[in-house]
Amino acid sequence: MVKQRQIREQIIRCVFFLTALTSILVLFMIMVFLFAEGLPIFKKLSAYRFLFGHEWYPTASPPDFGIFPLLAASVAVTLLSALISVPLGIMTAFYLAEVAPVRFREIAKPVVELLAALPSVVIGFFGMVVVAPFLQDTFNLATGLNLFNASLMLAFMSVPTICSISEDAIHSVPMDLKEASLALGATHWETVFRVIFPASLSGISTAVILGMSRAIGETMVVLMVAGGAGMVPTSIFDPVRPMPSSIAAEMAEAPFRGDHYHALFAIGIVLFLFTLFFNLIADYVAQKHKQVGAATL
Amino acid sequence: MDGLKVPDSAAQGELPMQTGAGSPRNDAKHTAEDREYQNRVRKRHIVQKGVFSLFSCAAVVNGLALALVVGFLVFNGWRAINWTFLTEAPMASMTKGGIFPCIMGTFLLSFGAMVVAFPWGVATAIYLHEYARPGVAMRVIRLGINNLAGVPSVVFGLFGLTFFVTWCKMGVSVLSGVLTLGALILPVIIGTAEEALRSVPSTYREASLGLGATKWQTIFRVVLPAAFPGMLTGSILGISRAAGETAAIMFTAAVFFTPNMPSSIFDPVMALPYHVYVLATAGTEIEATRPLQYGTALVLISLVFGMNLIAIIYRARLQRRH
Repeated sequence: MVKQRQIREQIIRCVFFLTALTSILVLFMIMVFLFAEGLPIFKKLSAYRFLFGHEWYPTASPPDFGIFPLLAASVAVTLLSALISVPLGIMTAFYLAEVAPVRFREIAKPVVELLAALPSVVIGFFGMVVVAPFLQDTFNLATGLNLFNASLMLAFMSVPTICSISEDAIHSVPMDLKEASLALGATHWETVFRVIFPASLSGISTAVILGMSRAIGETMVVLMVAGGAGMVPTSIFDPVRPMPSSIAAEMAEAPFRGDHYHALFAIGIVLFLFTLFFNLIADYVAQKHKQVGAATL
Repeated sequence: MDGLKVPDSAAQGELPMQTGAGSPRNDAKHTAEDREYQNRVRKRHIVQKGVFSLFSCAAVVNGLALALVVGFLVFNGWRAINWTFLTEAPMASMTKGGIFPCIMGTFLLSFGAMVVAFPWGVATAIYLHEYARPGVAMRVIRLGINNLAGVPSVVFGLFGLTFFVTWCKMGVSVLSGVLTLGALILPVIIGTAEEALRSVPSTYREASLGLGATKWQTIFRVVLPAAFPGMLTGSILGISRAAGETAAIMFTAAVFFTPNMPSSIFDPVMALPYHVYVLATAGTEIEATRPLQYGTALVLISLVFGMNLIAIIYRARLQRRH
């Protein structure tokens, strides 16, 4: 009977192991199916022309599949939004972890969580009907749907990510460090800046990378507020067409398994590789500079 | 870092500087140095005040952004919401009528996604937290999950389109959408389930094992019941995430308009987020349907926020109990 029990235990263990493996399987299948549908476009044109071609006219004849304007738009939108979201997210994290009175923190934390829960389509909608007319009137622009608007909206989508991961990192700094610094006569701010910030830097970098990864992959916001013009932006008020919005906007019209369809999947591959790269870096940073002790990143 | 207060009196520079016994310095020099020291301390505190108020400004900006979005939707949307709006189908090519099919569709999709992802995610979390030893396998699985969490939702949509819709021949349907969304919220479920398992004291496990229970009996009868409430909060968050997701269902489950409610899981559905998107961007009468757009968006965030608030309150209660 004991043996029977042991066998059963082994089987159960195996079942759990296999279930855990399926989550990698999903990632693997995403990759396989993306590549299966996206790679055929490279029979038509070289990867170089695909990535660096300046003309994206998928429905013209002959069609042009150069995604450089889309790539540039994605990078521009992500960087500009990071300019806003990184300081905002990190400062909010320090506020929540170090400055806020406990009572106030109980209100402020759910606010950040609710901000994270805002559906992207709602943020996009807000950007369209409120921010766009406002920008158009204030700066006297041809359209309020532009790079700046999209970046602003994206920033508010990545702030919660940056904030909550940074906060975890700040909390995982050992208490002794803080106590030692205060005991030496440093003010609270000096302790935060010279001790806690360097000690939690790897966690904060992870947060920033993941926040940017979220921004580059976000679809609905850029689809609704970026303006949709497929050109390389020259000013922050230019309408742009980042990669995710191209996929979402054109997939419905692209003929099944036609060149356009394959090209859109190839954009999906580029997007996937971008976020994969970001995530691997984040993972590397988190592992390499892991706080020995109670860190749970 | 609760409970550690910065000692105010020491920091305010009120204490005289200690010059040590038998200092040869005269009193005048002493006070001058004192004053200099106090000035310096004061300056350091002004800097601290400035920076910390900057931090609180950042927090306020976030709150303000949230309040602005929600306030704006409530202000513009509440007039659109009435009984007909919530219970009837759209009419007159989307310019009148209600959004009942969208509400139903969103419920179907998000709860369906949960049905798929909950057992799956919990089992994965159990393996990672209860069975796995630190090593290559665990490291690879974690890496996979982290990367899955980072995959953009539109890429999930593409995957759903090729795999579920085309390859498995499910078509644009509830089932395809549910499976795609299930894969999308899986990392959320795993994360929260693991958190819940972590909060179960190891003494529970030791006591059960000490009484002669097997590992599985311990997990099933002792650990899971203790962790279940925490897992439930996670699942509520997962549902709310799935409910607001648009890009992943665009190609897999949602359609702009179906005259019928879905009669089987192989029918396409309408969904709230997709409805907002289409009304706001692709309708023929975008301005005329503004009230409908506000109303739909308001219903959507009410659903999502309602679920989140339930989860937040429930979690706060659980934490108080521990």
